[in-house]
Amino acid sequence: MPAQSETGNSRLVKSLLGVVVAAIAVYAGWNLLAPPPPQVDVAYNTVSADGLYQLMFETDVEPIPVGQTHSWVLTLTTPDGAPVTDATIRVDGGMPAHGHGLPTAPQVSTNPGEGRYRIEGMRFNMGGHWEIRIAISAPPGDDAAVFNIEL
Amino acid sequence: MLALLAGLLLPACAPDDFSTDEKKIIRSLSLAELAPLPADPSNRHADDPPAAAFGASLFFDRRLSGDGQVSCATCHKIDRQFQDDLPRGVGVAQTDRRTMPLAGVAWSLFLFWDGRRDSLWAQALTPLEDPREHAGNRTAFAHHMAATYGERYRRVFGPLPPLSHLPADAGPKGTPAERAAWRAMAAADRKAVDGVFANLGKALAAFERSIRPPRTRFDRFAEAIGRGEEPKGEAAFTALEREGLKLFIGKANCLECHNGPRFTDDHFHNTGVPQLEDAPVDRGRARAVAELLADPFNCLGAFSDAPAAACTALRFMRPDEASMERAYKTPSLRGAAGRPPYMHAGQIPTLDDVIDHYSRAPQAPAGTSELRGVVFTERGRKALVAFLKTLDPVDSSDP
Repeated sequence: MPAQSETGNSRLVKSLLGVVVAAIAVYAGWNLLAPPPPQVDVAYNTVSADGLYQLMFETDVEPIPVGQTHSWVLTLTTPDGAPVTDATIRVDGGMPAHGHGLPTAPQVSTNPGEGRYRIEGMRFNMGGHWEIRIAISAPPGDDAAVFNIEL
Repeated sequence: MLALLAGLLLPACAPDDFSTDEKKIIRSLSLAELAPLPADPSNRHADDPPAAAFGASLFFDRRLSGDGQVSCATCHKIDRQFQDDLPRGVGVAQTDRRTMPLAGVAWSLFLFWDGRRDSLWAQALTPLEDPREHAGNRTAFAHHMAATYGERYRRVFGPLPPLSHLPADAGPKGTPAERAAWRAMAAADRKAVDGVFANLGKALAAFERSIRPPRTRFDRFAEAIGRGEEPKGEAAFTALEREGLKLFIGKANCLECHNGPRFTDDHFHNTGVPQLEDAPVDRGRARAVAELLADPFNCLGAFSDAPAAACTALRFMRPDEASMERAYKTPSLRGAAGRPPYMHAGQIPTLDDVIDHYSRAPQAPAGTSELRGVVFTERGRKALVAFLKTLDPVDSSDP
């Protein structure tokens, strides 16, 4: 490639680079000013910390309400999909950004079988990011899982 | 100069000063978003119009008191948002807490500042036999039902039990003589009188359920925003009101507790409000949980009409006392600008002082305050007050 052309190209590259740098700077500035995007995996299914269980939940009110006591049905399986039917489940949670817990003390009320557990007394008293922590004790072992919810 | 004046007088903010998220939040605060009146399964007469009409008569009946001078309306004044403008309510004597307004009370999960009752009817019974409020007693109330309201009572609740053989004044919370007379009664008679007493509360509750929060200027503003329109006429906010709303839903952190169409999360919070010097130590919610569980008129009790499964507020109530130390229920902010003084015992005289309290975030006298402190500019303070005034009931011009 001729030297002249190289110089021209390198000028172009430099100016393009300048534009890119400026764009990144503007984008970074915008990101500093704009609220950060949620860094959490918002999903209604998850895997427990030690990988012993898969968890999925459904709510009796959709979308998940703020300011209304409602119920969840949690489905618990092993990683290969076999239902875990005789687990002891404890539910807790809160808002990490605000340092407070749940306004209620939810409990498993019934166990309709096939790995399903009805959790009553769920209540969220403001919008935002909530963490629901599920502690599981069953024959495969003790484990815990977290659901991140944006309301 | 004219242009400057016009600029000051007209709502000056650009229509796009609220983001999409902010507009969503504004809409969520509107009365149009209020859930339907929640059922009260513990009171089978809750939505029975004759019971509500009977309850209205009882609400204004001063003979429902020891001295014949105090009715519910003595403190819950009908022309003053059903409250009394006093730092602490005064019945037969001064109490230790601020009288709560009643608009939208049927949406409350727990009643009283500390939530020591779980239904409107159980709440209504408590002041009736409190020695500083109505100072009445249960057999006197039952005799009064028979003497004054016999037929109305019967039409709603069925026949009254036999009462003529019972003492004129007896009850478990009255004077020593009244308590002794109560203990001397047969258990079946006590239960029958308790049933009449519970029904009195159920009629009062049926009436109080009809007291709804009125639509305000803010609601008209929020409804327009919700429709994607720019609010016009009376619904339009001034620049200061818009700034106040923006602060309220943003930097001032008000939404953490004052959210939803009633501007309350129905939960209990320690906000570092001072303890009264001339009143016993008040632990707020921390003391109320045990009292609620022991209340014979709670949702799980013998006088409740609800199956146990329906008593969700009680069954899933948090027992943790530590975080509830000096925690009090978040009051609705609807109409709050027009009813100083503030807090559970009227400790803070004006709205400006309230904003100052949230700004300073003082340490709690006991437990831990949840406040983190907010720095406000002078204009920011004025803006918040201006916004809160848009939540006041509108006069008779309201269409």
